[in-house]
Formats: sequence, structure tokens, C-alpha cells
Amino acid sequence: MMQINETLTLENQLEKIGSLLLQGYRFVTMTVVDKGEEFDIFYHFDLDYKLTTLQLALKKGSELPSISGICFAAVIVENEIQDLFGITVSGLAIDYEKHFLLAEDAPAQPFCRVPGVGVTAVTTDGKGNMTAPAAAVSNGGAQ
Amino acid sequence: MRLFSIFKDILGNLVKGPVTRNYPAVKRAPFPGERGKLVIEEEKCIFCGMCARKCPSNALKVIRQPKEWHFEQFRCILCGSCVEACPKKCLKLLPRLPEE
Amino acid sequence: MSMLVPFGPQHPVLPEPLQLRLELNDEKVVSAVPVVGYVHRGLEKLAEQKDFIQDTFLIERVCGICSFMHSMAYSMGIEELMGIQIPDRARYLRVVWAELHRMHSHLLALGLLADAFGFENLFYTIWKIREEIMDAMECTTGARVMLGSCCIGGVRKDISPEQAKFVLEKLANFEKMFKRSSEVLMGDYSVKERLVGVGVIDGKKAYELGAVGPSLRGSGIAKDHRMTGYAAYGELGFEPVVENDGDCYARTMVRVRELYQSMNLVREALARLPEGELKTPFKGNPSGEAAVRVEQPRGEVLYYMRGNGSDKLDRLRIRTPTFANIAPLLTMLVGCNLPDVAVIILSIDPCISCTER
Repeated sequence: MMQINETLTLENQLEKIGSLLLQGYRFVTMTVVDKGEEFDIFYHFDLDYKLTTLQLALKKGSELPSISGICFAAVIVENEIQDLFGITVSGLAIDYEKHFLLAEDAPAQPFCRVPGVGVTAVTTDGKGNMTAPAAAVSNGGAQ
Repeated sequence: MRLFSIFKDILGNLVKGPVTRNYPAVKRAPFPGERGKLVIEEEKCIFCGMCARKCPSNALKVIRQPKEWHFEQFRCILCGSCVEACPKKCLKLLPRLPEE
Repeated sequence: MSMLVPFGPQHPVLPEPLQLRLELNDEKVVSAVPVVGYVHRGLEKLAEQKDFIQDTFLIERVCGICSFMHSMAYSMGIEELMGIQIPDRARYLRVVWAELHRMHSHLLALGLLADAFGFENLFYTIWKIREEIMDAMECTTGARVMLGSCCIGGVRKDISPEQAKFVLEKLANFEKMFKRSSEVLMGDYSVKERLVGVGVIDGKKAYELGAVGPSLRGSGIAKDHRMTGYAAYGELGFEPVVENDGDCYARTMVRVRELYQSMNLVREALARLPEGELKTPFKGNPSGEAAVRVEQPRGEVLYYMRGNGSDKLDRLRIRTPTFANIAPLLTMLVGCNLPDVAVIILSIDPCISCTER
């Protein structure tokens, strides 16, 4: 089971992460989970093979301050989050403007759980014909 | 620091001849248990649809009435889930594609 | 005067599409910006659409080189969520296949590196040696790369005594053949000329930037996630391989020495293979959160998964080693010459399909 060591708020996020980095923690990655109303954002750090996870709850529609200023390793994953969840990350060291992983014509925010947004799996009839479920069709890039 | 330390290998390669086979004229015998193609013994099949439910790549489709079993070769990833799931043991993976 | 050079996405030395926008001052690289997204497949999303048992096979296809370790990490995560204790034999068999995979991956990386600096003969020799390992995997599981032998609760295939003997024979062949090639890799003038002192990153910087695997161990920091003793690693004796120089040569040497280490681990695991069941049966669906890390050939991979009690996972997140190694790569590239860019990229052994998933 994953242990959440601390809960962050938008105010003390940079300060808490900065103090961890000073203690010699290595940045592992960030994980975003869509919980409907808000996003759960996890910051994973490692020290001596132990995973330390900080949690930040972010309301949908609000901006996430980037930590790439104090931890450059986060720049790649923050750009990925911008792409896949449509969260605007402010203050990025390198900003790809939501086209880091996704092409120009890709569906917007494909990993969000909003009906009508993102991608849906197709089914096959076993003869090579594929059908998409009628209820939720990919929005094809238009937002 | 040594120069041309691979020279011995090069000379060896010159004398020994090719490592590769003259495929398709010469074929290596497949290892036993090699996963190459999915086949069904249709007379044993009870059309329960277990294989289709377990298939990770939706390569199979089973219709109970009328009794039909569809298999899409190019979607199959040869994992063998269907073979394990089959209650009648009528599916099996054969080594390699059969000769034309 | 500076100029912008797009390196890739289609470049002769790159096995997979990756673009680096290099800002050059004459021949020297001033800065590099990666452009990825050519092979993004959305596998994390697809994993939410399939049930968690089918996901084992989907996850195996995240990477075409270290596939077994992906399914192993995923299975370990689900086992943690559901509280499954896997049989001893399965733990040892997982080590055998994981280490065979590490060997074939390192050989592939060394071959590609040799190709990148124009040593074609070494490239073919190393890939010829790699076939011995591929045979060992094909004999034991029935496939060369996508082994499909790991499943939740244990393993799906067994290694019989005859197969174990075959694997040991292949390892003996490998040792004999690789001894010669490793001498070339370690000592040849032309290899050293291209690798020594190129793409230097010191340990502190690499650690700060989140480097993992040989990129970190090549800079003198002994971090190997196998030391935590998952699967059967806790019972097999080994030490992380460390080199101190932090250049391309050091990273290559880490791989060369890890090949011998993996060979010994396979031998030891096969010698101590306990008798018993292969698989623990289980019922129910996963719920809760788990984060699992496993050491892959390129470094540690992180799997985060959240189950909600149904047969589909709520979220699956994969942080692959190359993803973590991109930031250090950008630092290594600064100040190098344009012809060395290819060598530096291949010295971190990039796996772009992994990175983009």
C-alpha cells in the first residue's frame, strides 16, 4: 500500500518540496488522478529506497504552480500533465503549451474523466470491423 | 590502449563462414512450446465465450446462437490467455505459422 | 553565431523517433530541447478500459525491450493491493527471466552504442552474442521478447531441468563470446577515443536531476532498486555496479559489468530454484493505492495504481526510466560537440516508446 506522508496546499507547496530537496531527496515523479471534482496530485520522492509521497488536492480549473524552478527534473512530467489532464501549470522552465506528448490534432485532455472528453475504446466484431460505443464519442480535438 | 583488438574476431569471422541461416531455404526447428498460431478443435468447443472474455486484444468473438467462433489473426498477441481459460481445452497454440 | 539544428526524429543512430532541437555555437551544443510525442499510444488510458488481468499483457507491451519487468512490476503492485503472497519458485523464476531480459537489453544497448560511434564490426558481434540470450528466453517461455510468462500471483510457465540446462549452456556460450567483446569495449583505442570524457555529469547533479539506473551509477552513486530485495533478490548476493567518472565510458562500463552480474544472478537463481507451486490462486478485485518500483535495465520504473474494488483500475501511472533520464541527458549535452550528440543519447540507452507509453 502506498503511504501518503504529507498533504500540501497551494500556499506551502514550493516551501515543503524545497525543504525535502535540501534534505537530499531525489525527485521521482508526479502522478495525477482525476477524482471528478478535483485532481489528486502526488509528488513522489525517494531517499534511501524509501518512497515519500506528498499529496495536493487541486480544484478543477485552477492553475498548478510549477516546481520546475527548484527541481528541473519535474519539467518533463509537468508538461505531460498539462497535455493529458489539461491542467495549466504556471511558471514552467520549458513550456510546450499543451503539445508535449500530443499532436496538434489530438483529443484535448484525453485522461480526464469527463463524458464526451477524451478517448473511448472501440469494440470489434471479430471480422475486422470496429465500432465505437454510441454514447461517448471522441471529441476529435475540438474543445 | 590497444588498436585493432577486434582483429582476432574479424579473422575468425572470415574463416568460419556466416552465422545466419539461409532462410527460408533453411529453417531452424522451433523450440517445443513456442507460441506461433492459435488453433481450435471445433468439435470439442461448447461456445461458452470464456476465451473471448479473457482475450486482452479483442481478437476473439463467440456467438452462441447460431454457433460461431471468430478469430482475427492480426489482432492476436499470442499471450495464451484463451488457452488457459478454455474449460474444454479445445484451444491450443502451435509453434510457428504452418507451411503454405 | 548560433544556429538551430533539429536532431531527429529520423536519424540513422536512433532506433526510435526522438527529436532534439540543438542550439549550436559553431560545433558546440549550447542547449538542447527534446521534442517527443511521435509514439504516444495512451496505454495508461487503455489500461483503465480493460480488466486488471488483461492489463498484465497490455502492460508488457509498454516496452519492447524490458517487457518482462513491466509485467513483473505491475503484478507486484496488484499483489500488494490484494495481499497475495507468491510462491517461492515463482519469485526465483521471475528473477531468472528479469535478469535474462536485463542481459539482452544491455547487449542491445551496447551494440547500438557501437553502431553510433561507427564500430560496425563490434555492433554485429554484440548482437550475435545477444542471440544466445534470446534463445534462452525462447526455449523457456516460447517467445523471444514478449515472454507473457508473468501473471498476477506468480508465473505462468515453468523451467524444467532440461530447459535450465539449456539456459546454462547458452550462458556459458555468452560468457565465452562476450569476454572477447568486452575486452574490445573496455580497452580498444577507438572506443575510448569516442567515449572517455564525453557527456560528463557529476554524481550530485545527476542525483538532483533525478537520473536513474546506469546513468546514475555511472556517476558514482550506488542506487540499485534490486537492493530492496523484491522477488528473490534479497536472497541472492550482489552489489550495485558503480563507476565514478560520469562520462559515456563509465555508463558503458556499468552495463558491461552488469552483464556479468546478471549472468551470475541467473546461474545462482537456477541453482537455488526451490520446488513448489507456480501460482497462488486469488479471488476478488483490487482496491486501494499502491506504488511499486522495480529496477529495469535502464533504471527504476515506478508503477502507481489505484483500484476501486471493480475489475477495472481507476488509474495506472507508469514512470519509466528513460522519462527520468531525459533531464540529465539535456545537461550532458551542453558543451559537447555535434558528432558526440548521438553517442551521448545512446549512452543513456533511451527507450522512447517507454517514455511516451
